[in-house]
Amino acid sequence: MPNQPALRIEGLKKVYAGGFEALKGIDLQVEQGDFFALLGPNGAGKSTTIGVICSLVVKSSGSVEIFGLDIDRHFAAAKRMIGVVPQEFNFSIFERVGDIVETQAGFYGLGGVRARQQTQKYLRKLGLWDKRNEQARHLSGGMKRRLMIARALVHEPRLLILDEPTAGVDIEIRRSMWAFLREMNEAGTTIILTTHYLEEAESLCRNIAIIDHGEIVENTSMRSLLQQLSTETLVLDLAEPIQEMPDLLPFKVRRVESACLEVDIARGQNLNEVFARLDSAGIRVRSMRNKSNRLEQLFVALTQSEGSAESLVHAAG
Amino acid sequence: MPPDEMGIPTSRRAVFEANFVAFRTLLIKEIRRFLRIWPQTLIPPAISMALYFAIFGAIIGRRIGQMAGFDYMEFIVPGLIMMSVITNAYANVSASFFSAKFQRSIEALLVSPTPNSVMLAGFIAGGVARGLAVAAIVTVMAAFFIEIRIHNWFVTLGMLLLTATLFSLGGFINGLFADKFDDISIIPAFVLTPLTYLGGVFYALDLLPGIWRTLSYFNPIVYMVASFRYGFFGYSGDVPVAISFFAVAAFVVVFWFLSLWLLQRGTGLRT
Repeated sequence: MPNQPALRIEGLKKVYAGGFEALKGIDLQVEQGDFFALLGPNGAGKSTTIGVICSLVVKSSGSVEIFGLDIDRHFAAAKRMIGVVPQEFNFSIFERVGDIVETQAGFYGLGGVRARQQTQKYLRKLGLWDKRNEQARHLSGGMKRRLMIARALVHEPRLLILDEPTAGVDIEIRRSMWAFLREMNEAGTTIILTTHYLEEAESLCRNIAIIDHGEIVENTSMRSLLQQLSTETLVLDLAEPIQEMPDLLPFKVRRVESACLEVDIARGQNLNEVFARLDSAGIRVRSMRNKSNRLEQLFVALTQSEGSAESLVHAAG
Repeated sequence: MPPDEMGIPTSRRAVFEANFVAFRTLLIKEIRRFLRIWPQTLIPPAISMALYFAIFGAIIGRRIGQMAGFDYMEFIVPGLIMMSVITNAYANVSASFFSAKFQRSIEALLVSPTPNSVMLAGFIAGGVARGLAVAAIVTVMAAFFIEIRIHNWFVTLGMLLLTATLFSLGGFINGLFADKFDDISIIPAFVLTPLTYLGGVFYALDLLPGIWRTLSYFNPIVYMVASFRYGFFGYSGDVPVAISFFAVAAFVVVFWFLSLWLLQRGTGLRT
C-alpha cells in the first residue's frame, strides 16, 4: 500500500440511458495524504465521478482503484477505505442524531461498544454530542453538514470525499470546518473536495483537477496552476485623491475612482517598480488587494473556452 | 495489492461477522422505525381487526351460525391474522424502502461495504418483524372473543413466516420500482386487498358457485389462508396443505433471487 495512490482512475466513461456522455474517459490520480480539489461547473461530471467511486453510479467502462484495490474485484475492501459526504442531506430527518451515526458504523461492520465509542468520538469532534438524542430535523443547516461529516468518518476511512461540504453554511462554520478538515488531512486522511467556493479550494488544497464537459481540462498542483496566470490585477487604495493619471509605463494603470487605481502586473514584472514610480509621483498607497480571486479567474477561463488548457491559461491573463 | 495485506479483514469468519453486524443494524433500524411511528403501524391494524371481530364475528356472525363446521368467529380469526400480516409486511418494506430512496438515506447503505444480499435480508427481516408484531397484537385481541388453540405449530408458524417473507419481498420489489408515493399504494389497493378479501378469509370456498370457486384456486392467498387455518383447526377445505407450503416457499425463493438480481442491476437505485 505505501506506493499505491489513494485514488487511481483510468479511462473512466459514463454514458447515461438516453445517450448523454457524462464522463468521456477520464484519467485521474490522487496521491496518499493529498488534499485534492476536483472543480468544475454544474453538470461537468464531478458528482458522476464521485458517484462511480462510491458505487452510486454504474460506470460504462474504465477502472477505479482505491489504495490499489479495484472497486469491482475488491468491492467491500475498497469501500471500507472511503468515507463520503454528499452534496445534499441524505439522512432520515426523523432519526436521532446518535442513531444515524451509530447505524452507519454498523453498516461498516462495527457493532456494539465499538460503534458507540466511534459515534461518541466523532459527534464530540464535530460539536454534536449534546444533540445526540435529538431528531435530525431539529438541527440547523450547519449542524446537518457536520452530522454528515461525522457519519462519513465513523469507520475512520483513509480517503474522505466531500461533495460541496460547506454549501449554505455561514462563514464562521465554514472556517471551523476548514480547520477540522486540515486537521484530518494532517493526521493522514487523504481528502478529495469538490466545491463552488474557489477560495476554499485555494486555501485548503495542494493539488487540483478541473473537469468540464466530462473531460479533465487541467490536473496539476495548486501552486503551479496559480503561477500560470500571466497577469494579475491589483487594486490600490490611495491615501489622497489624484486629479491626473500618473505615467507608470510599461505598467497598465486605470483610475477607477479619484483615490483608487487598478494596475495590471504581468508575470516577470517587478512590483517594487510600481511603488517606486508612484512614490516619485508623490502618490501614497494606503492599501492593496487582488482584484479577483486568482483561482476563480483561471477557473472561468478553463471552463468557458474550447481550446487547450495552455491557451486557456493565457486567456485568463 | 490483496486486501488482507492492507490490514482489511478478509477471512470468512471476519467477513461473516461484519455482514452479520450490518444485518443486525439494518434490522434494528427497521424495527425502530415502525415502533417510532406506532400510531401509523401498530394501532390501525388493531382497530381494524377489533371492528372485524365485533361486526363480522360478534354481531353478524351470530346470525351466520357455523362455517365449515366451526363458529363463524372462530372460522375468520386465522384469515384475519393472515390478512393483517400480508398487509403490514408488504406496507412496511415498500414504505420504508421507498422513503429511504426518496430521502436518499439509502445512499448511506449503498456506499457501505454491505452486500446486496445482506441489505435485502435486513429490509425483509424488518417487514417480517412488523408482520409478526401485528399478528401477535391481532391474536391477543382474538383471544378476547374465542379460545385460541393450535392444531399444528409447525404449519401455523411456518406459513406465518413464509407469508410475511413473501409479501415483504413483494413490498421490496414495489419499493425498488416506485418513483413516487402513489406507486407504493397502487398494488395494495388494487391487487392485495381484493385478493385478500376473495382469499377465503370470510367464507369457505365450497360456498362459491362453479366458476367463482374455480377462479378462486388461482388466487395464491387462498392457499396461505387455508393452510394457516389448518394450523389452527386441522381444517383446510380441499386445499392441499403440503403443496401450498412448498409452493409458497418456492415463491419466496423466486422473489428473493428476483429482488437480488434487480439490486445487482441497480434497478431504481443506481444510475
